[in-house]
Amino acid sequence: MTAPLMLPLATVGNPTVNILIFALFVLATLAIVFRASRNNKTAADFYAGGRSFTGPQNGIAISGDYLSAASFLGIAGAIALNGYDGFLYSIGFLVAWLVALLLVAELLRNTGRFTMADVLSFRLKQRPVRMAAAISTLVVCFFYLLAQMAGAGGLVALLLGVSGRTGQSIVIAVVGILMITYVLVGGMKGTTWVQIVKAVLLVIGAGIMTIWVLAKYTFNLSSLLGAAVDKSPAAGEKLLSPGLQYGLTGVTKLDFISLALALVLGTAGLPHVLMRFYTVPDSKEARRSVSWAIWIIGIFYLFTLVLGYGAAAIVGPDRIKAAPGKANSAAPLLAFELGGEVLLGVISAVAFATILAVVAGLTITASTSFAHDIYGQIIKKGQISGDGEVKVARYTAVVIGLVAIVGGIFANGQNIAFLVALAFAVAASANLPTILYSLFWRRFNTRGALWSIYGGLASTIILIAFSPVVSGKVDAKTHLSLSMITDTGVDFHWFPLDNPGIVSIPLAFLLGWLGTITSKEPVDVDRFAEMEVRSLTGAGAEKAVQH
Amino acid sequence: MSDTRDPDLTTYRDVQLSPDFTELRRRFRRFVFPMTALFLVWYFVYVLLADYAHGFMSHKIGGSNITVALIFGLLQFVSTFAITLIYVRWADRKLDPDAAKLRHQIEGAQQ
Repeated sequence: MTAPLMLPLATVGNPTVNILIFALFVLATLAIVFRASRNNKTAADFYAGGRSFTGPQNGIAISGDYLSAASFLGIAGAIALNGYDGFLYSIGFLVAWLVALLLVAELLRNTGRFTMADVLSFRLKQRPVRMAAAISTLVVCFFYLLAQMAGAGGLVALLLGVSGRTGQSIVIAVVGILMITYVLVGGMKGTTWVQIVKAVLLVIGAGIMTIWVLAKYTFNLSSLLGAAVDKSPAAGEKLLSPGLQYGLTGVTKLDFISLALALVLGTAGLPHVLMRFYTVPDSKEARRSVSWAIWIIGIFYLFTLVLGYGAAAIVGPDRIKAAPGKANSAAPLLAFELGGEVLLGVISAVAFATILAVVAGLTITASTSFAHDIYGQIIKKGQISGDGEVKVARYTAVVIGLVAIVGGIFANGQNIAFLVALAFAVAASANLPTILYSLFWRRFNTRGALWSIYGGLASTIILIAFSPVVSGKVDAKTHLSLSMITDTGVDFHWFPLDNPGIVSIPLAFLLGWLGTITSKEPVDVDRFAEMEVRSLTGAGAEKAVQH
Repeated sequence: MSDTRDPDLTTYRDVQLSPDFTELRRRFRRFVFPMTALFLVWYFVYVLLADYAHGFMSHKIGGSNITVALIFGLLQFVSTFAITLIYVRWADRKLDPDAAKLRHQIEGAQQ
């Protein structure tokens, strides 16, 4: 707690109220998780919630899984400060769902059991492809987890007045321990219910704030935009059209295309999203899930548009930038301006719930992939009982939780929307090409899959490591570092773009094609026939568990 | 299920080569591939406009603060919602009945 007088906005609202509302949410969700855990008997229960959720339930849970703290805090903040360029994120995040709806969700549900790797290794050489798919699953989950945990740090800084690094680290650890508890006790069923509760709270909370903001401007969007411009002298009219963040130079424009590509192709390759399709009984329910998710997510992003401009108009960019969470604090500050400390407490609890629900979903995905793919299928070659696998999954969840805590403490302070965009770049490069090839291209083979997955993964990570994100990005005005390595003396970047998608995604598609045509491996016609017929008809698909 | 069983469909390969399945696959692909191309093209047209046509996109409409960019962005929402509605209706009617018929034939044959 240093120098609170220098930062009059270090805490907003009443920390006691905030903590009380947090605690209430945690208790309620824990009760739900314990209730849901009573029927956790088989591996299908633990990994896939018994496949017994309905399409609408799963659709709400998908929204809960997808609308992360990055969506809520990150996008609202980006719109408040960068105006229209923040809105571009949400459009990419939404349109991306059409890839999942049209090409992936139903076919995947019909073919796989628990993980993305089930589908990718279906007709190719089991062990190497499964290993590759599991590794890329773990990497995507890791990046995404990092983003969420970093967000938790920023959020509590604002809401609980925890401005010291140590205090924030303790809160990140508490988040990690809570999420481990959810996953250990509740499995996929408990996690799903936490996501459903959270999605409902989030949409209602954002909806109330949206109506409140609009009411202040007599439901006239144009006057709201005008007020946002008036309050932002630095940005001015530019707040309403694209270019404020990405329009500066030729390089930033290219960076924007790269980001747009990663966003639109990333969603259908996110393992924690794909895994949710196994929680419904059949492909028709998978289709309904995506349709529900698209409506909820779309409406929510329309809310964030109003909230972002509302924060610019009502709070103003200067106060947002001065707050401890910077851009991420735009939505909580707006809540305080509108409804005082009670609304702030509620909205903060919702944002906190968001982080918990998303990290729980990521943890169960990563531990399922490790236990089912790496341990069960590769190390034990499938010669293991479901119980044995689930036991390993539980141990893994604890390890992942600890890794996330340490990583989150390290990443504390990074922009979260941006970290999520990197997770999308990995998903779009390493996962999506192989998913599409293996579903639709008869000739696709093992070498193609391995080249595409490892090539996509390696190129993404290498390009990120040598991008301005990691080193060498300096604010032109303040001369402060904008990179992960804050020492401006360290600069080893040679790749000019923040987002590697424009290189790594086409490269991964190319490698998948090249690997395939240079390999002499014959097509396993029987397995391909089985995969194609199953994917379209649902014959032989995993059925719901009956209790 | 034995009454729906088809004696010719004993393996997945037989099904894959059967006219009913070929027709189902053709119908599915003829819908989803052009639709995917359509929304991707429309999305990238929008992205490129937002990136390189700042003058056009920052045009204000009728004296209000609503810009062309905002309208285009909102149209992306409209098109996404519309494609979702159209696909779900289409798949419920044109895909599910035939897929279910084939599934019953196959699962009958396996029992």
